[in-house]
Amino acid sequence: MKCDDLLALLNDYVDGDVAPALCAELEHHLAGCNPCQVVVDNIRQTITLYKAGEPYPLPLEFRNRLHAALHERWQHAPTGDSAPTRASTEPPPDS
Amino acid sequence: MTPEPDLELVHRAKAGELAAFEQLVNRHERQVYSLAFRLLQNQHDAEDITQQTFLNALEHLNRFREESSFATWVSRIATYGALKVIRKRRGLEWVSLEAATEPADDRHAMPHPEFIADWRQSPEELVNRNETRRLIEAALGQLEEKSRLVFLLRDVEGLSVRETAQALGISEVNVKVRLLRARLQLREQLTQAFGDPTRRLAPHQHESMDHE
Ligand SMILES: [Zn+2]
Repeated sequence: MKCDDLLALLNDYVDGDVAPALCAELEHHLAGCNPCQVVVDNIRQTITLYKAGEPYPLPLEFRNRLHAALHERWQHAPTGDSAPTRASTEPPPDS
Repeated sequence: MTPEPDLELVHRAKAGELAAFEQLVNRHERQVYSLAFRLLQNQHDAEDITQQTFLNALEHLNRFREESSFATWVSRIATYGALKVIRKRRGLEWVSLEAATEPADDRHAMPHPEFIADWRQSPEELVNRNETRRLIEAALGQLEEKSRLVFLLRDVEGLSVRETAQALGISEVNVKVRLLRARLQLREQLTQAFGDPTRRLAPHQHESMDHE
């Protein structure tokens, strides 16, 4: 296995989707190839970094508007079966 | 006192308590707003989608079947709302661009790692500092739009390859190609910023000295 072959399998490897036999081959390459090992580490850290971040605080003015809008909506259509349904804004199911 | 679990708040909100719903909003507004901002790359649209998301969630709370977490549910609402805005922005362009960028094998265009080095700080340290956080978000903003969307849906939100493909209206092959490109580009940029230059490694020279 060469570095380019590893690059081609990088996604599947990072996602844990590589078949065991191939995975052993990959890990054999990684054990002897420091640059590839560091690239794999970097990519894992990159994903962790973006997953961990909630980088944008709400602007205060917007936050006030948001909560005012919630109160407004609540008064006109409290949650429940009586709430009007709008097909175009229907949320996706949570399954 | 341990904070009340989200699901308890959901039950209270379903029973008609607005204050419980507002607590849920307080907990998740930053997460939803950040996601919308990252998808849309624009404050005004991110505010719109965040507001729509919570109004929508409030109105349709009884349809939340509690099979996922509340956080996941509102993230999905925000994602689909943001994608709708993006499609509207692009109009027909979305379709034509798709046709133009769907080669069967895009491996030759794949960027190769150039700057290879361990990072000086952990991801946890990096997300918590304003200066590095800005850099991290700037790198995301520099990705080509569809690569950014694929990366956010798949890696940040945890949708499967198939779900990502369906949400974006592209093929699963295209999702994989774009995801790899996004990961490699982000890695490159972040490593240039955060990598330890004294420990930089040279990539292998493939022509002459590949090892088996
Ligand atoms: Zn290698």
